[in-house]
Amino acid sequence: MRKKLILDAAQLDLTISRLCQQLIENHGNFSQTVILGLQPRGVFLANLIHQKLSETVKEPIQIGYLDVTFHRDDFRRREIPARASETRVPFVVEGRNVVLIDDVLFTGRTVRSALDAMLSFGRPARVELLVLIDRKHTRHLPVAADYVGKYVDTIETQKVLVELEAQGHPQNRIWLTTNE
Amino acid sequence: MSKLSQKHLLGIKNITRDDIELIFETADNFKEVINRPIRKVPSLRDVTIANVFFENSTRTRLSFELAEKRLSADVVNFSASNSSVKKGETLLDTVNNILAMKVEMVVMRHASVGAPHFLSRHINAAIVNAGDGTHEHPTQALLDAFSIREKLGSVSGKKVAIIGDILHSRVALSNIFALQKLGAKVMVCGPPTLLPKYIHTLGVQVELDVQKALQWCDAANVLRIQLERQQIKYFPSLREYTLYYGITRKMLDELNKEIVLMHPGPINRGVELSSDAADSAHSVILDQVENGVAVRMAVLYLLAATV
Repeated sequence: MRKKLILDAAQLDLTISRLCQQLIENHGNFSQTVILGLQPRGVFLANLIHQKLSETVKEPIQIGYLDVTFHRDDFRRREIPARASETRVPFVVEGRNVVLIDDVLFTGRTVRSALDAMLSFGRPARVELLVLIDRKHTRHLPVAADYVGKYVDTIETQKVLVELEAQGHPQNRIWLTTNE
Repeated sequence: MSKLSQKHLLGIKNITRDDIELIFETADNFKEVINRPIRKVPSLRDVTIANVFFENSTRTRLSFELAEKRLSADVVNFSASNSSVKKGETLLDTVNNILAMKVEMVVMRHASVGAPHFLSRHINAAIVNAGDGTHEHPTQALLDAFSIREKLGSVSGKKVAIIGDILHSRVALSNIFALQKLGAKVMVCGPPTLLPKYIHTLGVQVELDVQKALQWCDAANVLRIQLERQQIKYFPSLREYTLYYGITRKMLDELNKEIVLMHPGPINRGVELSSDAADSAHSVILDQVENGVAVRMAVLYLLAATV
C-alpha cells in the first residue's frame, strides 16, 4: 500500500481557518444557522470548525450530530450492515440554515442519506454542504459541496485517510492511499 | 461485529451476550429516532412482515406493529381467532400460505412451546418469537434488561428478583437467560407451587418471602398470575395470594433503598401489585412499554439485514 500526504497539520489548520472565514462571510453571527456533523467521522471535523468559529463569532453557535445509518440506500445489500452511531440534534431545524459537515465527499450517497435523515427534524430554510476533501470524478449522485477544503483527483480504488488528533492520532494529517 | 449470530430470534437461550449488547446499542439509536418530530426511518421499506398471532395479545402486537411501521416495513396482521385455523388448517400450511404472498419476516405468538422453532426448520423467512406457550418471550426479556440498563446504568452485577407465577411464565424464563448472560444475579420468588421443580438447575436463587426478595434486589420484575394457563388450583384464593405475595407501596417505602419496579403487563391491580405501588416513583412500567418499541425495532432491523 502506498501512502501520499495530502495535508499536514499546518496546512489543515490553514484550510479550516479559510473554511470558517467563508462560513462567517455567508452566515454572519450564526443566529439563523446551525451546523450538523455527519457520523461517524464528520463530527470530529464539525467540532474543529465549531471551535474555530466560536473564537471569532461571539454568539453561541449550535452544533448537532447526525447519524445516517437508518437512511442509507445500501441496507440489506451489504454483507455486514453498518453500525449506527449517536444522533444528537438539540435544536429545531425548521426554518433554519443548516451546514452539513463531513470529512470526505466520495459517491455522494452519504449526503443523500443525510438530507433524508435531516428532514426528520423539520424543513430547513436552506442546506449547505462543507467537506474537507472532495474526491473528483467519483460521484454516483448529482451532489456538490458548497465549501471544499481541498479537491483531490482520485480513482475509485484509492482511499482518503483522515487522521485527526481528536480521533486519537498523534497529529492531524490527511493521506491518499493506493492499494497495489 | 454489527451482525447477529442467528438468523431468527427464537429465544434468549439461542443468542449470545454480544448479540444482546448489539441489540441494546441499536435500540439506543432507535429510542432517539422514536423521539424525533418525524418518528420514522426508511430502512425496511422493501421488507414485508407478517404478525401471526395464534394467541391473544394487545401490547406485544401493538408494539411490534409500531416498530415495523416506524421502520417503514409493510405489515400484514393475522390472528387465529378469525382465520382458517378454525377450519382445520395446520400451522405449517397457514404460514406457508402467508409466505407465498412474499413475506420476508414472521413475528409469531403461539400457545404451544416450540412452535416457532418448528417453523424455523421448515421455512425461509426470519422468525421472531413473540411468545411460545410457557417457554420463551425473548423481546420482553430484552426490553426488561434494556430498562434495567437504562435505569441502573448497567445490568452486570445487579440483583434482579422475579416475583410471582414463575411456573407458567415465559417472561421469567427468557428474563433468567438474558439477565444471566449479561452478568446479573437472579432470584425467583413466589409460592412453592408456582416455582418449577428444577428451577435451581438454572443457577437462580429461590426465596419464598417476598419482603426478603425486595430487600435483596436492585430491580424487581413482578409477574401476573396466569389463571388462563392453570388447570388446577395452585393456591387457595387470589385474596390469599395477594396477602402473601402482593406488593404494596408500604412495602416499598419500608425498604432502606430505592428499587426499580417492573411489570411486563397486563397488571392485575390489587393482586400482584397494589395501585399505589404500580403508580409509584419506583415503577418503570410505562418506560418498559416505550423501550419495547425501540428494542423490537432493533431486533427487526438486525434480522432484516440477513433476509
